[in-house]
Amino acid sequence: MARSVTTRHKTIATVAAWIVALLIFFPILYTIITSFKSEQEAIQGFSIIPSGTFESYTEVQAQSGYFKFFFNSVLLSVGSTILALLVAIPAAWSMAFSPTKRTKDILMWMLSTKMMPAVAVLFPIYLIFRDTGLLDSRIGLMIMLMLINLPIVVWMLYTYFREIPGEILEAARMDGASLWNEIVYVLTPMAVPGIASTMLLNIILAWNEAFWTIRLTTTEAAPLTAFISSFSSPQGLFWAKLSAASTLAIAPILIMGWFSQKQLVRGLTFGAVK
Amino acid sequence: MKLRTLTLGLLSASTLAFAAHAESITIATVNNGDMVRMQKLTEDFTKANPDIQLNWVTLEENVLRERVTTDIATKGGQYDVMTIGTYEVPIWAKQSWLLPLDKLGDDYDAKDIIPAIAGGLSVDGKLYAAPFYGESSFVMYRKDLMDKAGLKMPDAPTWDFIKQAADKMTDRANGVNGVCLRGKAGWGENMAFLTAMSNSFGARWFDENWKPQFDQPEWKNTLQFYVDLMKADGPEGASSNGFNENLALFQQGKCGMWIDATVAASFVSDPKNSTVADKVGYALAPDNGLGKRGNWLWAWSLAIPAGTQKADAAEKFVSWATSKHYAELVASKEGWANVPPGTRSSLYANAEYQKAAPFAKMTLDSINAADPTHPTVKPVPYVGVQFVAIPEFQGLGTTVGQLFSAALAGQSSVDDALKQAQDAATAAMTEGGYIK
Repeated sequence: MARSVTTRHKTIATVAAWIVALLIFFPILYTIITSFKSEQEAIQGFSIIPSGTFESYTEVQAQSGYFKFFFNSVLLSVGSTILALLVAIPAAWSMAFSPTKRTKDILMWMLSTKMMPAVAVLFPIYLIFRDTGLLDSRIGLMIMLMLINLPIVVWMLYTYFREIPGEILEAARMDGASLWNEIVYVLTPMAVPGIASTMLLNIILAWNEAFWTIRLTTTEAAPLTAFISSFSSPQGLFWAKLSAASTLAIAPILIMGWFSQKQLVRGLTFGAVK
Repeated sequence: MKLRTLTLGLLSASTLAFAAHAESITIATVNNGDMVRMQKLTEDFTKANPDIQLNWVTLEENVLRERVTTDIATKGGQYDVMTIGTYEVPIWAKQSWLLPLDKLGDDYDAKDIIPAIAGGLSVDGKLYAAPFYGESSFVMYRKDLMDKAGLKMPDAPTWDFIKQAADKMTDRANGVNGVCLRGKAGWGENMAFLTAMSNSFGARWFDENWKPQFDQPEWKNTLQFYVDLMKADGPEGASSNGFNENLALFQQGKCGMWIDATVAASFVSDPKNSTVADKVGYALAPDNGLGKRGNWLWAWSLAIPAGTQKADAAEKFVSWATSKHYAELVASKEGWANVPPGTRSSLYANAEYQKAAPFAKMTLDSINAADPTHPTVKPVPYVGVQFVAIPEFQGLGTTVGQLFSAALAGQSSVDDALKQAQDAATAAMTEGGYIK
């Protein structure tokens, strides 16, 4: 009796989880479906059965070369993540293992920078980029993406590092390890799951960032967000083309997320039940 | 010896590289059919100008407007040519953000530009943007449904006739709405239509002292007529419909009439995409017998920002893209029906164009009927038919558009929407220093 109740609960929970997952995934699924419709079909109303045409993909590729934007997206998301980790690992180490009275305040202040709307600093940032010659440059955008995601990276790493017993680091120190060796050979290998999930999350955030990547680029450094933006038309039907462009833009990150989901979930729930 | 050879080699290579280096100009534009076509045809320009390379940045309309404004205000110099509308040109030219176009070439024939369009792009007699395509608005209607209703559309209908025809054509059981009009909130969406419509009702945004006029009976008449018409004969969910949504409805045969941009004529008469391509007739935008019609005036135009370092190359490109030669190039490659409309008088005198575009005469008549300097019956302190050419209008126009869209959706009454519009406009004008 008890077993059948448990099984029924499990089934209900599984069905509920599937429904929630489908609801969350549905906008993406519908975008993909729409990309296989003609423009007329796309605007006709809700329908989950497309005619299966590839004309939007052909047109999107003919209008703007996808691969240049794709290459920039890869470079910017991976580059900004590496930069962020280089800065955040030492910062999180010092906060986790040598905290001061102000550590919590600093962490909160870092997070508070994320609470400001980006548009509030558009002009100052634009002027800085203009004066330093960084407008439409990959390196400038990499630094920008690193800076906007840094608070989250530091926070995540700080949480993971706090899970590592300080005694292990002390033992390494007693064995004569320098600070550098302690971080590189002791701390980092132990925090690999946390660092990996932080890295993956940061790549996703950088890949999807659309405010700065559209506003600070023109032709050379424009990533896939700019590619998507170019298919919206004030006069003319564009939903199918926009959906095809969006599908092409999200496909790489979706595939990456699919293959690394175990790592991501493990990292994100690390220490959650402590 | 080896070092000298290497140095000489490097010097020669760098000299050659420098000589072969083309000047590149960056063009910011929107993703409209005519713009996309221009990008495909640029080989004609680069062949004639091998020293100029073209880079394109295509953006969503509002993002483009914001990006270009940021760049131009900070003198970022990211763009050498940009696509802007009739709204921006007078404002930006007055702020010295644009270069006057006075070197378009001897064979450019600037006098051929339709006077109403040229007037909207000029400040103190100087042209600050060259029109790439221009438009007004007019009535597109289903001839078969009009026949069925036992009516004949006059060339210059009144609003009363439109109401009468819409009532007769509406057949909701068969999915036919008598009339489709813009309802989606936005200064360039429902407010473009409603402002132009209000002109024909004698309404105005501001009096000569910049006092908002939404508390006047002319606005009440405009908005009440619009809401009543749409409730009786408009499509379901009309408050979400903009140009593209109405285009799809009309092409699917779900609208008896559609009053919108003249540029839509080439879409609705295209048999590849429109199920009613051979059944469409055209008429001037309606009036109320007050001397003004409800049609607007707009031109997507190419302008050169003052911050560019490549003004000469940019002007060469602008001259090419808006020339008679470009119109002939499009005609030779894609047919006369695809030539960008609404910019040059010579196009409308061309028999081949008239044959390919049955809406040509009505388009020209509509453009000529709009006067941006005297948009409505009473005098106004601003320029612009379906907008007010002041920087505050983008924000204010969208706010008022949201209020009117809510009235159409039945979320508020016409009186409440007008009262709130009056309050919002008064606050914006006071803050902007227009009302002392």
